[in-house]
Amino acid sequence: MSDKIKIELKAVTKAFGSNRVLDELYLSVPEGKSLVVIGGSGTGKSVMIKCILGLIPPDSGSIMIDGAESTGQNHKIRAEFMKKFGMLFQGAALFDSLKIWENVAFGLIHGHGMCKKEAREIAIEKIKAVGLKEQVANLYPAELSGGMQKRVGLARAVAISPDIIFFDEPTTGLDPIMAEVINELIVEQVKGLGATALSITHDMGSVRKIADYVAMIHGGKIIWKGAVGDLDHSGNEYVDQFIHGRSDGPITRRLA
Amino acid sequence: MIQEAGNNIKTINSISLILDLFAYIGGSIFAFLSAVGRLANFTGRSVKHCFTPPFFPSQLLRQLIDIGYYSLPVVGMTTLFTGMVLALQSYTGFSRFNAEGAVAGVVVLSITRELAPVLAGLMVSGRVGAAIAAEIATMRVTEQIDALRTLSVNPFKYLIAPRVIAATLMLPILVLIGDIIGIFGGYLVGVYSLGFSSASFISQTWDMLEYMDVVSGLMKAAVFGFIVAIMGCYHGFNSARGAQGVGAATTNAVVSSSILILIFNYLLTQIFFS
Ligand SMILES: Nc1ncnc2c1ncn2[C@@H]1O[C@H](COP(=O)(O)OP(=O)(O)O)[C@@H](O)[C@H]1O
Ligand SMILES: [Mg+2]
Repeated sequence: MSDKIKIELKAVTKAFGSNRVLDELYLSVPEGKSLVVIGGSGTGKSVMIKCILGLIPPDSGSIMIDGAESTGQNHKIRAEFMKKFGMLFQGAALFDSLKIWENVAFGLIHGHGMCKKEAREIAIEKIKAVGLKEQVANLYPAELSGGMQKRVGLARAVAISPDIIFFDEPTTGLDPIMAEVINELIVEQVKGLGATALSITHDMGSVRKIADYVAMIHGGKIIWKGAVGDLDHSGNEYVDQFIHGRSDGPITRRLA
Repeated sequence: MIQEAGNNIKTINSISLILDLFAYIGGSIFAFLSAVGRLANFTGRSVKHCFTPPFFPSQLLRQLIDIGYYSLPVVGMTTLFTGMVLALQSYTGFSRFNAEGAVAGVVVLSITRELAPVLAGLMVSGRVGAAIAAEIATMRVTEQIDALRTLSVNPFKYLIAPRVIAATLMLPILVLIGDIIGIFGGYLVGVYSLGFSSASFISQTWDMLEYMDVVSGLMKAAVFGFIVAIMGCYHGFNSARGAQGVGAATTNAVVSSSILILIFNYLLTQIFFS
């Protein structure tokens, strides 16, 4: 693996009204590696990913993808960046008016102009790859359990063979066994594609399973970053408190 | 001295009160104008994406059926009973002046010019506008719109354009059918309850039927269909987060499109008939 930087955020700031969610945040992800961002709920993890994806424009700062600036670009250039991305949303975000296979094939058909028949074959292959039966392909999302929806969401995210995959809390709300299955599938799919992965989670089991590097977000900034092996002796009291889930420490719950 | 100082304080107080009032009025006007600006921008983008590829024919077909075909019963029932009640009421009124012969004409004119387009518009706004707002708001809240964009599909082209096109095309067709059903309702009451002869009611109807009355009604219908779809999409697309956001989007879509339909009905009538 090269040590090329795939994603680089410099001084990215985003506020909603007076709520400064990202405050001059710096972060970089090396090519072909898996970086996991940890942090409490409401600390801006999802907002950070949406800024990188271009779904939310940051107020200021720079986001480089493959060394090219992605913020403030027109639709055409944005569309080219978008084709490199796959994303698994927190609630899977499957299109409920479409069948499972149509969901998985969606990016291939509409984003990449593939014909329906070919896209369907790839979709079914991906559905099987995430451990679902072929018959599931013709069901609608509402007919699946939460865990199955996450698997379909994963299949949809990897169907277009993206360069960079984002996972927003892939295991939240799942039972421990299903969470483990999803973690394994993530590792398998990311390694299989040779993709770069950026995940966010507050599930420590998930972190240890899928991360090469870990970064912690707090107060709108990345306050610690290191290899996953260094997590237990980071020497950072915020990280210590978070990974051990202690209620006393520097991270205090603001009671609004 | 003390008296004077007290007066000064009073003047200062009332001045600051007036300034507050101005600030409040200014703020409200500014908020209103920026809302109008956002809506205008949204409308402009929506229209642009109706005419630029890629198109999504299967989405359009689904919306044509949803908005057109499934609204037929509602529009049919509304215009049928409106035509019937018009015949009854105008008969009661006109018989006082021995002008019963005008009943058919009143039914035709009122139905084609005003009642079919406006009532169909309002009913469709309750049925279709609410459904559009709820569906798109749910997609916003559950991140499906974000998912569309990450899969390189423009939500304006995939979600909004098909709904706007379908509503604008289908409402005139619904209203044309509504015209026929409404006039038929008037005929039923005229012949079976008020004792007109079938032939004379039909000939009176035919005499009063003007090309322009029908066409103006259909043009109104197209505008109302556009309003219903745009307001549904706008409120759904900009929905606040959570289930409450979806509820508010639906209510706002129906209320604002109903009011806009009534306002535009007045403006269009002014343009067509003066
Ligand atoms: N579209 C939005 N409008 C206003 N506030 C938002 C929006 N999206 C997120 N926020 C706020 O930003 C903060 C961080 O949200 P988020 O990134 O979803 O947190 P998390 O780290 O749990 O993913 C929260 O306080 C949230 O209320
Ligand atoms: Mg989140």
